[in-house]
Amino acid sequence: MAQRLTGLVSGRREGTSPVLGSPESRRRALRARRLRRGGLALTLVAPAALTYFLFVVRPIAQTVQYSFYDWNGVTPSTWVGLANYVALFHDPELSGSIVNAFELIIFFSFVPVILGLFTANTIRGFATSRLAVVARTVLFLPQIIPLVAAGIMWSWQMSTNGLVNQVFRLIGLDGIARAWLGDFDTALPAVGVIGAWVLFGLCMLLLLAGMTKIDPGLYEAARIDGAGPLREFVSITLPSLRQEVVVCVTVTVIAALASFDIVYISTQGGPGNSTLVPGLEIYYLAFFQREVGQASALAVALMALVLAVVLPLQWLNREGDS
Amino acid sequence: MGALAVLTACSSPGSTPDETSSNPTTEPTVAEGAPSCGTDPVTLKAYFETGFPMAGELTTEFTKQFPNVTFDTREDQFAVLTQNAPRVLADDPPDLMRLPQMSELATDGLLLNLDSYAEAFGWDQWPASQLEQMRVDDAGRRGDGPLYAMGLNFSMTGVFYNKELAAQIGMTEAPATLAELDGYLQAAKDAGLTPVAQFNGGATGGFAFPLQALMASYGDPAEISAWIYQQPGATIDTPSNLKAAEHLQSWVTSGYFAEDVNSLDYAMMMSRFIGGESVFIFDGDWESGNLDTQMPGNVGFFLMPPVDEGGSFGAMSAPLTYGISANAANPDCAAFFLDWVATNEQARTIAVQIGGSHPMGPADAFMPDVDPNTVTAQTLVAGAAIGEQDGAMDFIANATGSIYAKGWTPNLQKLMAGEQDPAGLLAAVQAEYETEIGG
Repeated sequence: MAQRLTGLVSGRREGTSPVLGSPESRRRALRARRLRRGGLALTLVAPAALTYFLFVVRPIAQTVQYSFYDWNGVTPSTWVGLANYVALFHDPELSGSIVNAFELIIFFSFVPVILGLFTANTIRGFATSRLAVVARTVLFLPQIIPLVAAGIMWSWQMSTNGLVNQVFRLIGLDGIARAWLGDFDTALPAVGVIGAWVLFGLCMLLLLAGMTKIDPGLYEAARIDGAGPLREFVSITLPSLRQEVVVCVTVTVIAALASFDIVYISTQGGPGNSTLVPGLEIYYLAFFQREVGQASALAVALMALVLAVVLPLQWLNREGDS
Repeated sequence: MGALAVLTACSSPGSTPDETSSNPTTEPTVAEGAPSCGTDPVTLKAYFETGFPMAGELTTEFTKQFPNVTFDTREDQFAVLTQNAPRVLADDPPDLMRLPQMSELATDGLLLNLDSYAEAFGWDQWPASQLEQMRVDDAGRRGDGPLYAMGLNFSMTGVFYNKELAAQIGMTEAPATLAELDGYLQAAKDAGLTPVAQFNGGATGGFAFPLQALMASYGDPAEISAWIYQQPGATIDTPSNLKAAEHLQSWVTSGYFAEDVNSLDYAMMMSRFIGGESVFIFDGDWESGNLDTQMPGNVGFFLMPPVDEGGSFGAMSAPLTYGISANAANPDCAAFFLDWVATNEQARTIAVQIGGSHPMGPADAFMPDVDPNTVTAQTLVAGAAIGEQDGAMDFIANATGSIYAKGWTPNLQKLMAGEQDPAGLLAAVQAEYETEIGG
C-alpha cells in the first residue's frame, strides 16, 4: 500500500517533472489546480451567493427596472424611460426631503459620535470598576429598544404636557415649552434628538471596544513625557480610533439618510413636510399615491446618494491603513 | 443595464400572462330573481377596518338570521387598508371589503360592478345622492357611472360641543350664524378655556373639517362636490372658498385653536374632548355612539352655521363604503348582505346604535327609536336638515388618492403655523390637484 502510494506519487512526479520546464504545461497544471480549488470554493459559497442574489441583488435589479416604468403596482405598466428620474429634479418636495435627510446627519451622526468619544474616554478612565459595567449597560440600552417603541415613547415625552416640557417648566423655562414635534422650527431637530438617543449607545460601545486594543504602554509613555488627559486623548486615543470612528460615522450617516421608522412614528413627515425624508416619501409614493415607478426611481437615487456619501468615508479609512 | 434586464427576466412589471385571462370589468350574471346566500354553507371572506365595531356586529346578526353564512374576517387600520387595497383585491380577493378612496380601484378593474345588483334589489329607487359618491366613470371620475361600492351607513360631520363648558360661556343653544359661533369661541377663550383642540398633526390635517364646512357656508356645496368628483374645469381656488379659508385663518390668529394642534392626532383630540379640555371639536357622527357612552347627556351637536341666518350651509357626508372584489368567490351572497344591512330592521338598528350614523336605504324606511337626549338623536336630525338643503358633500380630502397627504395636510399645518396664507393654501392645493389629475 505504502509502496503503491509512493509509487503513485513518484510516478506523478516523474510524469510532471520532464515537462516542468515547458511554460505551456505549467500553465495547464496551474489552471487545473485552480479549477479544482475553485469548484470546491464555489460549492461552499453557493448557498450564501444564491441567498444574496435572491434577496439582495434581484430586488435591487427589480427596483431599477421598475424605476423606468409608470406603474401602479397592479395593472400593466408603461415604459417611460428616464421620466421618473427627471421628475426627481423638478419636484421641490422631493429635493426638500433630501435636504432634511442631510440635516438629520448632524443629529444622527455627529452628536452620537462626538458624545460617544467623550463618554467612552470617560468610562475608560475607570474601566476596571463595576461602575463602568453599569454605565456601559445603561448607555447602550436605547440601542436594544425597537425604533418604533423609541419613537412612541419620545413623542409622548415631547408632547405639550410630556416629560420634556415638565422639566422645562420645573426649572422656570415655561417660555420655551412647546409641542416639539408639532412646531415647524423644532420638529426636525426633535426627530434628530430621538435618533441621537438611539444611536449614541452603539457608537459609545464601538469606540469603547476600540479603546481596549490601544497599548497601555503608549499612555504610560505619554504620561512620562508629561502629557495631560487632553493631550493623551488628542494624540493617542483619537488617532488609534480612526477605524472605529469611520465605522460609526458610516453606520449613522446611513441611518440618517435612509431614516424612516422614527420619522414615521413621531411626525409622519409633518408638520407641513418639515420632517419629510426620502424614506418616507418613497413609502408615500409607493403605497398611497401608487406610483411604484416614481417611488423606485427615488429609491435608486437614494441608494446612489448614500453610496456617494459613504464611499469616500471608506477611502479615508483605507488611506489610513496604508 | 443588460445584466439587469436579464436579472428581471425582461418582462415589464404587472403584465403576467394569467392576468389577461380574467376580465374583471364583466358584470356579474344575476340568476333569476334577486340574488341570495342560498341554503348551502357559505363562508364570506371579509376585510374590515379595526376600531369600528359596527361591521362585526352586523356580521354576527347576519349569521344569526342566516345560519348557513359565516364570516372569515380580517381587520386592519385604515392606513393599512389603503396601502393594501389594490394588492388584496387582486391577489386575495375578499367578498366584502372596507374601501379607501376608490376611483383608481374601480378603473383598475379590481372592484365588481354592482349595477345589476342595484337593479335586482331596487337600490336604484333610493335617493340618488346616497349612491352618487360610489359611482365611478371610465375616466375615474366619481359621481356618475356604474356603481362600484355600497355603504353600511352614511356619516356626516359638524361641530360637537361639551354642554357643561358651553353653559359656562353662556351658550344655551346652537349658534344660528357664523358671527354667533365666533362670539362663543371668543367667550370660551376669554373664560380661559381651550375653544377648539382640533387634530392637525402628523399626516392628518384635521383643519380640513372646519374648512370644508366654512366653504359650504360661504359658497355652494355643489361646486365643492364638482371639484371632488374631478369635473372638467372645477377649481377649489374660488372667491367664496377664499373667504372660508380667511375665516379659518381668523380663528387661528385669534387663538381659538389649542397652541399644539399641529402635534395632535385624532385620538389625542378625542381624549381631550372627552376629558373636558376642549369646548368644541369638528368631527363626524361616527363618534356619536362613543360620545353617548363616554359623556352621557353632556354632548351637543350642530352643523356649521350659515353666514346669515337662514343662509346656505352644508356638511361632509359620505357612505361608509364597502365593495366586492372583482374576483370574489361569493359576490351574490355579499351583495345580499349589503342589501340586508340597508333594509333589515335589526341591521338598521345596529347602524344607528353602534355606528351612530344614518342607515342607507329608502327615505321612508324603518328607523329605530333613539333617546332624544343623546347626541346620536341630534346628529340624525342634522342629517335630515342636510338632506333637505341638499348640502351633502364628500370630503375634500377624497378628491384624489393623495390630495390629503400632499395638498391639504401640509398646507393646513402651515396655515396654523402662520407660514401659509389663505390664498396660498388654495392655490397650492389646486396646483397639486392638477398635477395628480393630469399625471
